[in-house]
Amino acid sequence: MIPAAFDYLAPATLEEAIRALGTHGEEVKLLAGGHSLLPLMKLRLASPTLLVDLGRIPSLGLISQEGDKILIGALSTHYQIESSKLLKEKCPLLPQTARVIGDVQVRNRGTIGGSLAHADPAADMPAPILALAGELRATGPQGERRLKAEDFFLGLMATALSPTEILTEIRVPLLSGRCGTAYLKAPQKASGFALVGVAVWLKLSASGICEDIGIGVAGLAAKPFRAKGVERRLRGKNLNPSLIEEAASHTAQGVDPMEDIHASGEFRADLARLYAARAIQEAAKRAGV
Amino acid sequence: MPVSKLVGAKVRRREDPRLIRGLAHYVDDISLPGILHVAILRSPYAHARIKGIQTEAALQVPRVVAVFTGSDIGDRVGAVPVASQNPTLRVPKRAVLASDKVCFVGEAVAAVVAEDRYAATDALDRIRVDYEPLPVVSDPEKALGRESPVIHSEWPDNVAFRWTLKQGNLSKVFKDADKVVKQRLVHQRLAPIALEPRGVVARYFPGEGELTLWSSTQIPHLLKTQLSLMLKLPENYVRVIAPEVGGGFGSKLNVYAEEALLGYLAMKLNRPVKWIEGRRENIQATIHGRGQVGEVEVAAERDGTILGLQYRVIADIGAYHQLLTPGIPPLTGLMLSGAYKIPAISIEVTGVFTNKMSTDAYRGAGRPEATYVVERMMDRVARELGMDPVKIRRKNFPKPKEFPFKTATGLVYDSGNYQLALDKALKLVGYEKWKRQQKRLRSQGRYLGIGLSTYVEICAMGPSAAMPAGGWEYGAVRVEPTGKVTILTGVSPHGQGQETSFAQIVADELGVEIDDITVIHGDTAVVASGIGTFGSRATAVGGTAVLQAAQRVKEKAREIAAHLFEADLEDLVFADGKFSVKGVPKKGITLEQIALEAHMARKLPKKMEPGLSATAVFEPSNFTFPFGAHICVVEVDPKSGAVEIKKYVAVDDCGKVINPLLVDGQIQGGIAQGLGQALYEEVIYDENGQLLTGSLMDYALPRAKDVPRFELARTETPTPVNPLGAKGVGEAGTIGSTPAIVNAVVDALSPFGVTHIDMPLRPEKIWRLCQAKEAASAGGRR
Ligand SMILES: Cc1cc2nc3c(=O)[nH]c(=O)nc-3n(C[C@H](O)[C@H](O)[C@H](O)COP(=O)(O)OP(=O)(O)OC[C@H]3O[C@@H](n4cnc5c(N)ncnc54)[C@H](O)[C@@H]3O)c2cc1C
Repeated sequence: MIPAAFDYLAPATLEEAIRALGTHGEEVKLLAGGHSLLPLMKLRLASPTLLVDLGRIPSLGLISQEGDKILIGALSTHYQIESSKLLKEKCPLLPQTARVIGDVQVRNRGTIGGSLAHADPAADMPAPILALAGELRATGPQGERRLKAEDFFLGLMATALSPTEILTEIRVPLLSGRCGTAYLKAPQKASGFALVGVAVWLKLSASGICEDIGIGVAGLAAKPFRAKGVERRLRGKNLNPSLIEEAASHTAQGVDPMEDIHASGEFRADLARLYAARAIQEAAKRAGV
Repeated sequence: MPVSKLVGAKVRRREDPRLIRGLAHYVDDISLPGILHVAILRSPYAHARIKGIQTEAALQVPRVVAVFTGSDIGDRVGAVPVASQNPTLRVPKRAVLASDKVCFVGEAVAAVVAEDRYAATDALDRIRVDYEPLPVVSDPEKALGRESPVIHSEWPDNVAFRWTLKQGNLSKVFKDADKVVKQRLVHQRLAPIALEPRGVVARYFPGEGELTLWSSTQIPHLLKTQLSLMLKLPENYVRVIAPEVGGGFGSKLNVYAEEALLGYLAMKLNRPVKWIEGRRENIQATIHGRGQVGEVEVAAERDGTILGLQYRVIADIGAYHQLLTPGIPPLTGLMLSGAYKIPAISIEVTGVFTNKMSTDAYRGAGRPEATYVVERMMDRVARELGMDPVKIRRKNFPKPKEFPFKTATGLVYDSGNYQLALDKALKLVGYEKWKRQQKRLRSQGRYLGIGLSTYVEICAMGPSAAMPAGGWEYGAVRVEPTGKVTILTGVSPHGQGQETSFAQIVADELGVEIDDITVIHGDTAVVASGIGTFGSRATAVGGTAVLQAAQRVKEKAREIAAHLFEADLEDLVFADGKFSVKGVPKKGITLEQIALEAHMARKLPKKMEPGLSATAVFEPSNFTFPFGAHICVVEVDPKSGAVEIKKYVAVDDCGKVINPLLVDGQIQGGIAQGLGQALYEEVIYDENGQLLTGSLMDYALPRAKDVPRFELARTETPTPVNPLGAKGVGEAGTIGSTPAIVNAVVDALSPFGVTHIDMPLRPEKIWRLCQAKEAASAGGRR
């Protein structure tokens, strides 16, 4: 449980960090909260020769509002997100998700950027970011890129980030009107990660029709995804329990569920349907259905 | 007897301040000049021949001092010992480092010694071992099959030992019974997961020829003896120290390869060495618990009277024996009468080698298995007969006047009132109210379950005649010249709190302030002899030795006082910490004054030896048998398989209580671990013998939020076995709780036709059973 030797750099600016990434090639790793990377290093499943610590770049850790968007610095910790007044009022889905990540220590160290960049299929944060159709911004030697959440996750621990890019910011919409959100997860008992986690955001019209809805699912498949088939079945409809249940029954459709000692694919798929139904119900209730 | 002030009182643990403030010294806190660090290379294969090991590259790593393999050590270190008198026992040789072949994932094959842990760990990656994989068997039932690979070629099959016990006319009982209920039961393997993994520091003084070994152990004295045998050193040149030990649960009631290895390395290199186990090593190479698969059959009359029980069980031994491995399943066998009068009982144990780490004692050690068998079956039989689980238990309890109660398995239960404990628990939980609630909620499609366990267990181990290496305990009490009191005990507390409870006992006996007492344990050079802490024995056996030593000190003090007062012994009274002559209470003499006289030795009675100390060795005449009733209420969500504990009530009787805080703490921790087995924990190896639950990201322990509030209560039935009247409480919570929780979940799912689920009760298992039922009834409707 001791990592191999490595060098450590803590640049004060983004530019320096990007430069460090470029010069050391494959062997360099960014360090955010370290709560995914360090365990891998201790098990020697990762042995970078240089760690570039993002922790000294102050601009990366801020949460702010810009027009109808909330900007979340990639280095914001789960705890910052959980306790942000702005998010709690204007985009409660993120605090609702952050709350159920790990334990207090994990939430105090782990970051949203680290979680998204690591792309653990069982991580919680990708689900709400997908549900909210968030936008991710990354900076590399070629400058800044904007990525849609949907295009960001490519597969098992694989993202659209290039090795020389740094994820800097996540943008989510400011929710207004009759909105409701919910994140529900069935935790893997040992790790606390999601066997299945479902994030739901929905908006009702004045007459109670579901105007828009976003559903993100973590844990079920090798990559987190948006349950578009379910969304489609609910958009423009009057939400009621049997409709919700019917729609949610399509959550795992076309998905190849993961299997391990903690749950079979069959069980994961059924949990996804159940948790989707329950999360949609909960979100609808919060929106005042 | 003086008026009891402290015994029975809620005295706060005196050991906590240093623990809470991080000031205690565990093995890893011990640092010696010139110390070297050891890292161990472990086999990634469950079964493989070692064709060669290349260590040169490892030796090139800067700061590496030496690398050792099994062939470097040869037979200079003896094999890992096993203590058993079983004549059928097969003992494969377990070397401290494997040299010809490895038999489980995690078996040690080489040791790197370096100036620091980093270098030692780096060098592990540079050792090349040429393995030739061999066929693996990890399932104990398959290991008995004809087709199975044989792990140890000295023998024709994988049978490690057999053990049977049979009493009563079983064939007749089963033929005549109104009802026979059969069930297959699996007691999954568990990892003890002490908060502090193992660790060893060894130091050798070549001039003095003295080896000192610090180890995170529960049994320093037994370890000293075994180390001297393994290292071929005279025992009086070996000293073992158990410093602060961060939990054991039986996992440190052992003699491990690493302990002897470190002793050898210290002697060989003439430098102190340290090895600290990592958590992954801890799950791979520290003993596991449980691991039984059995078929039980119970014969009963229509009115619920239990007539007989037979249990055929396969015990999953692992690749080798550890110290007590073959001794655990017999404890299951002996306790198969549970808290009931069962006239005919038989058990057949087959110990089986598998390509896995050894099983051995884990909190409860054999008794949780027995309790689970019996308590699960009481529910199964009750259900078959349409009886309430409470009623069938009542029907079969021995009555209070039937104690001492002799079981068919040959034990004599010392004392008990099982009915009383159950009644108290029923009242506390509100049994009838929950029954009504269950009925009401079922009609709304919600599933409550109520589970009972009325356990009895065997502890305070134990009479020496029934133990593999002595069951007595040593205690000494010394009053220093300044009047301070030092207790020396052969038990080796590691969380149980005897630095508090033993001080309570002696404070009362000698009338001194508890703050003037210190309790020393865990150092074989300081404490003359001892057996250790396990089998819920420390207070009942070790505490009695301490009490008896204190009584002897008091007798001597009385003689000195009588001499100083020039009075007859019978005319002395002892009150408020002072001896005085009857009728003259004002002119008293304190223990402090007597201690000074005893050490100055100028005015002592003729022929009296100076000093004021005494030792005692207590040999118990029997085990003790704590008991109790646990009741658990759960709600199960059949759609997700989730189990929620809504209420948990435990009434435990551990005999006389010395300190209620310590007893409650033991019960709470015990239930948490029992709950872990019922719901979450399982060591899983795949068919290739790969450990799939090798870290705490995959081995599911209960967390604080999974553990509900336990409502605890007590009955107090003293044991006649020792003068304290104390039975033991270290394992009771674990033993009693597991079946209560499983019974509750099975009860909740009875509308789905569920009669049994194997542990751990993972959501998926529950979900599957409910799905099957829904599918079946949907099919039926169509
Ligand atoms: C005990 C424990 C329990 C946990 N439980 C949960 C849980 O229940 N749910 C859950 O979702 N997670 C859980 N986690 C994971 C936790 O949320 C991690 O903190 C998170 O997944 C990674 O964030 P980090 O800041 O620690 O990233 P790090 O570990 O520092 O980095 C992770 C990876 O992302 C890369 N990276 C980090 N930041 C950036 C960036 N800005 N741009 C590009 N690449 C970057 C790193 O190079 C590295 O490869 C748990 C972790 C632990 C240790």
